[in-house]
Amino acid sequence: MVTEASKTEHQANLAKIHQSQQWRRAANGQQPAGWQRWIKPALIVFVLLYLGFVIFIPAANVFVQAFSGGLDKFLHTFTERSFIKAVGLTILMALISVPLNVVFGLCAAWAIGRNQNFPGRALLISIIDLPFSVSPVVAGLMIVLLYGRNGWFGPLLSANNIQIIFAVPGMVLATVFVSLPFVAREVIPVLEEIGNEQEEAAKTLGASSWQTFWRVTLPSIRWGLLYGVILTNARAMGEFGAVAVVSGNIAGKTQTLPLFVEEAYKQYQTESAYTAAVLLAALAIVTMVSKALLERQTGHRAGIGH
Amino acid sequence: MIPSQFIPKPFKPPAPSIPWIITFTYLILMLLVPTIALFLKAATLSPAEIWRIATSPIALSAYNVTFGTALVAGAINGIAGLVIAWVLVRYAFFGKRLIDALIDLPFALPTAVAGLTLATVYSENGWLGSLLVPFGIKVSFTRLGVFLAMLFISLPFVVRTVQPVLQEAEREVEEAAWSLGASEWQTFWRVVLPPILPAALTGVALGFARAVGEYGSVVIVAANIPFKDLIAPVLIFQRLEQYDYAGATVIGTVMLLISLVMLLAINLLQNWGARYGH
Repeated sequence: MVTEASKTEHQANLAKIHQSQQWRRAANGQQPAGWQRWIKPALIVFVLLYLGFVIFIPAANVFVQAFSGGLDKFLHTFTERSFIKAVGLTILMALISVPLNVVFGLCAAWAIGRNQNFPGRALLISIIDLPFSVSPVVAGLMIVLLYGRNGWFGPLLSANNIQIIFAVPGMVLATVFVSLPFVAREVIPVLEEIGNEQEEAAKTLGASSWQTFWRVTLPSIRWGLLYGVILTNARAMGEFGAVAVVSGNIAGKTQTLPLFVEEAYKQYQTESAYTAAVLLAALAIVTMVSKALLERQTGHRAGIGH
Repeated sequence: MIPSQFIPKPFKPPAPSIPWIITFTYLILMLLVPTIALFLKAATLSPAEIWRIATSPIALSAYNVTFGTALVAGAINGIAGLVIAWVLVRYAFFGKRLIDALIDLPFALPTAVAGLTLATVYSENGWLGSLLVPFGIKVSFTRLGVFLAMLFISLPFVVRTVQPVLQEAEREVEEAAWSLGASEWQTFWRVVLPPILPAALTGVALGFARAVGEYGSVVIVAANIPFKDLIAPVLIFQRLEQYDYAGATVIGTVMLLISLVMLLAINLLQNWGARYGH
């Protein structure tokens, strides 16, 4: 018996199936009918415009501005003493901070990745993440309050003629603070993923802990570690806020490249500012290309490097 | 008799091996001692003094500019980030891989460079700023500049938290929903959105936290005038430059406490998202 009601229900269902097929075609990238045809191009155009206005055009501007005055003007900045000093200091920041944070990051990653259920594990991870959520200015402020002339260690330091604030040691402390989490963050998931069977096997076969680390653990975490190093390096060279607070921004003395960029811009030396900026932008590109290469190497999507 | 593997092993405190010692010493020296120094410095002030500085008109206006602008930037990036993640996961088009890679630029580009180029491009005679002049819109050296810098630095977060969830979401589930008679709207609301929502909110919270603390790009692109476009981190910096350690400490403590609350909120959001298996 086919009643009138079941007939309309049947027709309604057919219409729904028809509709769902339209969606399926849209999802498979085939041409759907009607207005839905415009969803894909409209969304793509929106994405391109949005990214263009917020990221791409400003990023392209760095390179255009740097070379708009010709190569001579661009190269002229390289002869400025304060510029050369800033480049050297920027590299020094990375040379000190990266090894320190690598040693810490490996130890912390091992402690967290190889011990699954100790009390306070989640808290420890959160503490390591703290520098990501603290404002760099607050990080710098903490270091000033600790080592500055009126800080907690101030009297002790000045009695021994040690200067930390407005000098390189304070800048290193600030840089270490803001770039602390990267290595641990990148290595923990890799350690968890590879498991510890191989390490156990090496130990059973008589390897010492040190041999196990060098011969077994390190080779299997190398890509994660490398990505952590790249991110730490990028942050160490590019940090502005925390270093600005502790350095005093003395040209030729405690000025890193990011500080040089701001100073030159404020002094209306736009060309010098953009020469320094283009070097830092090149660093950013190297960082991003390395990320892409590492992703291809490991077949994994690397984590967020904030 | 219960098989031994079902009896939870009692926790055995790890032996103080070298990695543990390094981890704790380093964290204490580099993070905890400085954090405690800030709180101790704040504790040397009387509660009335703390309250007076923390709620002074200039500080209140700076919180307002910082959090209000970061919230708007976070919300806009929340929606735009969802669209970007959707387009990058679901559609194929020319140049997609390059665009996908370039989303990370705000993470990789030093903030001073971001501030410099945004200030130039959006100045009255810049590439994009000059297009806005006929409409009477000024971006560089106004609160809109602060907004733009915050939009720039918080952009990748939502895209990068939502993308993997969308990638793993199986399209078969959506098709099953449609063939079971769900409307497009119901499918989106009941099937597509629930696993994306915690990821998107995590991204918004991460972006908001980042925008609230941002200094480098904002200080260059804004005019940093009190009661207009002065953000709290710049206010802390100015207080330090005037050797007003009490002022810097109190406002810094307020910012730190808010960061800690944000960190907690982000952890809760991530736990919520983990229910969907991510």
